[in-house]
Amino acid sequence: MKSFILFFILFSLWLLMSGHYNVLIVSLGIISCAFCVYVAKRGKLIDDEGLPIFFMPRLLNYLIWLFKEILKSNLSTAKVIINGKVEPETFTVKTSQVTDVAKVTYANSITLTPGTVTTKIQKGVFEVHALNSDFGNEVRTSEMDKKVTWLEGKK
Amino acid sequence: MELILDIFTSICFFIGSLSIIIGACGLIKLPDVFSRIHAAGMIDTGGTAFFILGMIFQTGWSLITVKLILIGVFIFFTSPVTSHVTANLARQKNILPVGKKIGKIL
Repeated sequence: MKSFILFFILFSLWLLMSGHYNVLIVSLGIISCAFCVYVAKRGKLIDDEGLPIFFMPRLLNYLIWLFKEILKSNLSTAKVIINGKVEPETFTVKTSQVTDVAKVTYANSITLTPGTVTTKIQKGVFEVHALNSDFGNEVRTSEMDKKVTWLEGKK
Repeated sequence: MELILDIFTSICFFIGSLSIIIGACGLIKLPDVFSRIHAAGMIDTGGTAFFILGMIFQTGWSLITVKLILIGVFIFFTSPVTSHVTANLARQKNILPVGKKIGKIL
């Protein structure tokens, strides 16, 4: 089942990237995608971590929210750089996700929003560096943590 | 119609260049490695996002649009990894960030 989904994703990527729809090119695409799926299956790469399809139904909603956050924090980072009011702080936050993929998604989301960077990761704890106490408070309210746990959908 | 699209493209390019310039200023101005990563993150997200949006206004609906969006997606997924690797390496070399530390640090 998951192999078919992977094949579908790979093949649609092939069609979008090539732009030629001859019989020869499309059949070459089918052969190479099937070979990739075979190699991935032989290497036991097709599991929840390699192909996190349990994200898919809620992913678009989350991405729109994340873009909004990125825009907002871009503006405030620009303000901080121009003002020069830099008071960096380092702290730790707990994470409430179950799977590793969701934890990586949470850490990447923290790093993607300018003003906060994940510097170290241990089992259920992230060490976060923030440019300012405003950015730090935004992470400590753990709104993003709840969003990612909702995106994961295991609780 | 083309004039409107050109104006949108110019606005997007203007915002993108502005955020890249501010990010570059931050790279020079901020005190230590960890703070400078924030400025680099601003270039990665704000700059590239607005530039790609401006280019999408020029291409319209075609396969090139899909390719531009894919470039954006790949930058979107890889740039936090490089930021995190930089920060994590600095921490492993026992470089402590400037500023206050709240609670126990890993």
